[in-house]
Amino acid sequence: MATKAGQAVIEEQPEAPAQRPAVVLSEQIIEIVSDSGEGAQRCGQSFGAIAARSGNGIWTVEIIPAEIQPPHRSVAGASGNRVRFASGPVTNGGNEADLVVAFNEQVLLSRLHAGEIKPGGIILIESKWKTDRSADIAASYTKVVEDIRAQGFRVYEVPMEVECLKLVPDPRKGKNMFVLGILCGIYSLDEALARAQVARIFGKKDQKIIDANVELLNAGRAWAEANLDLRFLVPAKRATEPQVVMNGNSALALGVVASGMEVCAMYPITPATSTSHYLSNIFEKVGCVVHQAEDEIAACAFAIGASYAGKCSVTVTSGPGLSLKQEALGLAVMAEIPLVVINVQRGGPSTGLPTKVEQGDLMASIYGGHGDAPKVVMAVSTIEDCFYSVITARKIAETFNMVVIVLSDASLATAQQPFARPEFREDWLAPPVNQSAVPEDARPYDWDARTGIATRFIPGQPNGMHCLTGLAHDRDSHVAYDPEINEEGLLNRSRKLAALQTTLRLPPLCGEDSGDMLLLGWGSTLGAIEEAVSILRAEGLAVSSLHLKFLQPMASGIGDVMKRFKHVMTIENNWNDPLSDPLITPENRRYSHLALLLRSRYLVDIDCWGNARGQPLKPTAIAAAVRTRLGKE
Amino acid sequence: MTENLSQCMMRMVETDYKLADYQSDIQPRWCVGCGDTAILTAMQKLMREEQLAPEKTVAVSGIGCSSRLPHYLNAYGFHGIHGRALPVAEGVKIRRPDLNVFVTTGDGDCTSIGAAHWIHAIRYNMNLTVLLHDNQIYGLTKKQASPTSPVGQKSNTTPRGSLLLPLNPLSVTLGVANVSFVAQAVDWIPDLLFDILKKAYHHKGLSFVRVLQRCPEFMEHRFDAYVRDPSKMRILTHGNGLRLTPEVSRVYKNQETHDPLNMGRALEIAAIADEIPVGIIYNDPSVPTYDDLRRGERPSTPALVETVLREEFDKVTIWPDGAEPMAAE
Repeated sequence: MATKAGQAVIEEQPEAPAQRPAVVLSEQIIEIVSDSGEGAQRCGQSFGAIAARSGNGIWTVEIIPAEIQPPHRSVAGASGNRVRFASGPVTNGGNEADLVVAFNEQVLLSRLHAGEIKPGGIILIESKWKTDRSADIAASYTKVVEDIRAQGFRVYEVPMEVECLKLVPDPRKGKNMFVLGILCGIYSLDEALARAQVARIFGKKDQKIIDANVELLNAGRAWAEANLDLRFLVPAKRATEPQVVMNGNSALALGVVASGMEVCAMYPITPATSTSHYLSNIFEKVGCVVHQAEDEIAACAFAIGASYAGKCSVTVTSGPGLSLKQEALGLAVMAEIPLVVINVQRGGPSTGLPTKVEQGDLMASIYGGHGDAPKVVMAVSTIEDCFYSVITARKIAETFNMVVIVLSDASLATAQQPFARPEFREDWLAPPVNQSAVPEDARPYDWDARTGIATRFIPGQPNGMHCLTGLAHDRDSHVAYDPEINEEGLLNRSRKLAALQTTLRLPPLCGEDSGDMLLLGWGSTLGAIEEAVSILRAEGLAVSSLHLKFLQPMASGIGDVMKRFKHVMTIENNWNDPLSDPLITPENRRYSHLALLLRSRYLVDIDCWGNARGQPLKPTAIAAAVRTRLGKE
Repeated sequence: MTENLSQCMMRMVETDYKLADYQSDIQPRWCVGCGDTAILTAMQKLMREEQLAPEKTVAVSGIGCSSRLPHYLNAYGFHGIHGRALPVAEGVKIRRPDLNVFVTTGDGDCTSIGAAHWIHAIRYNMNLTVLLHDNQIYGLTKKQASPTSPVGQKSNTTPRGSLLLPLNPLSVTLGVANVSFVAQAVDWIPDLLFDILKKAYHHKGLSFVRVLQRCPEFMEHRFDAYVRDPSKMRILTHGNGLRLTPEVSRVYKNQETHDPLNMGRALEIAAIADEIPVGIIYNDPSVPTYDDLRRGERPSTPALVETVLREEFDKVTIWPDGAEPMAAE
């Protein structure tokens, strides 16, 4: 094997590299990128699934172009998957990739430009472009390969289609399975598990199709063993309890089923929609309905109507949809109708970055409506959390007759991670709709003096007739413009939030409970922040982190925790003004959302770090920011 | 089902709802002479005639003068936000076929801010009775032109007269796929208003009733010519539509026998400009309703939820013993 050039040359039959022992690694990040529709996503997902079934911890990240069919061979059109897999659990997508498989040099460039490949990393690239009929394409390919070699990447040119053509008539349709075979070979993944995965993908199809793809898989593995000097092993250990592997949006959908909600009204919006896709497939089986409304407002109003006349309902959306729903959410707050809103956040404002991650909707969720409209806002931080949070949200919504917004984001939406298989519990479900007669003297808004909660009357309940209204109203739901009555309503609606707050517990800290720097975060950044903390603590820095689940209301005790640290900084995947900008001063700086909330609540000079570049925050970048703030560079 | 039915029968025997049973404890605050009053009265009469249990009846509205109606009706009322009465009512109905759901909406609420919902509500064809209170003006916000205001209508936003041709709610509704019931009534012929409302209530699917109504405050003389001259009213009759009493027939001699299944003629009637057609313009009871189409085959039970969750988890489970359930299949 011509290892000096780092290039696999098939003609020279090399020594058998497969005989070499595999290099044992604790973790790896690989990426597979292609033009949209060439199957890199399926290849990456399958690789992740095989690794997970082997017992590796995994986290997969989809690399998604915004268009369905972007131009071929374009930097913007890169589509694929990142898989981070390790011997232990994986909590985030990690830093730069160790190995990248690219189906052409343009999609490879997109990953290089984004700085997503580790210096000196391994690159496997389809070599057919070298001899492309178009001189431009051949030249572009050759130049990129030369450039990246010069930059020190270990480049392997792989004749993917040439090899596939030996087995199938249309090599473009089998390439991804061939590549999957190569990767299974490189990383010593179990052959039987890989074959089972292929069977799973094509399970509904003809046995011939499965066989053809298994052949491609085997060919890929054989090719890798014969031609590559790469053989690694990331030791895996099967969990002792059953694990499920899914992405965040699927977990949200299953959470909806498990919560006992019966109506989901939605309007298509990226990156939330796949939640509704999955739900549409299974919800009718449990006698429930996914309603695709004519717009976001109608989806919200429909869900409110369904909640009003029955069990709490859910609407699923992303940022622009949340903005459209705000007036209707105000109605649900005012009339005290339970409602769960799932917001899978994306880059904003406006259409922004539809397929990319941003934690930009926290303020809109808490304060987006007009007037004082107290709502519960909670954030999910793992795939498992997506599942359980919907159940919790439904319970809170129905206990307090409130709107509960569950914030996920584009990162969690498509990321896959194993978690303990949930054991169904009947108390997850909503209780049956109360249709018993209302006591003669009961009033529809008979707010409890301690909690602010009033028992809602549901249509069908005798004696409960009243006219619910979005206007200011008294305990009888009569329209009332009287200042005292208006204030009574405001007080009780706000009081419910305070009552809920008394039940919240602060999550445990990651790291010691005092030190030089406390990092505060929320949502999908959990894994990256905690990984950064462990990197920094290993360096001897006294850094800890606290990750909030409830953003509105917030659990008590955050102030006390902050006092035990010299510096406090939030880490958020949203915009804040950099102090390095000559125009920015501590007085005019716009802070990240959580930082602003905590500064106002605790009167502490809380710093923030993060960005809204549309990419998940990397543990190393967080660690670097902390070192800078602590002057430990 | 049988249990529900027997409960229902018992109730019929036990209770005898009077008109007063459908009046809430709030006095209507509409202007004297407002057409909304006639619509409220017709609804209450309908409820009495049909002996609708107030607790099983929901009136959903948006915002505007007309949308105050649920406050004055002894039933469950939902006075929501501007333009969104229809999607709220759809949500109410989707899981509650047992409820009688009425929607009261104005020309601004339905044909302007809520226009998208109106079009789609017709297409969903859910089992709702929709009353469009069309006084051709914004009343609650103090006289602005609405989409149904006549050309030249002076208002606070069109001080030199409105420029655009009015939108015809009947023609628009008839043009939507799945339309199943379209009728027109006027507030000044209460007998026909009641008869039409009754037909609408019994229709399975979305019944859309446009009620032309007078606004004494901002459109004082808009319908004077029609109120004074019964011949300017064209009354639509049919064995499957309205059957007139001798009293009504004597006054309103301008009659047309119109088969409500005749869409071609329905479109012509909807477009009549010099007369006001009153009656059932279109009615096709065979159009499927969205609530029926979406009705689950089985009710949701904890056992069902557990089963489906188990099936879904099975697809993505990694078992500790290394068994590959999918491969074994």
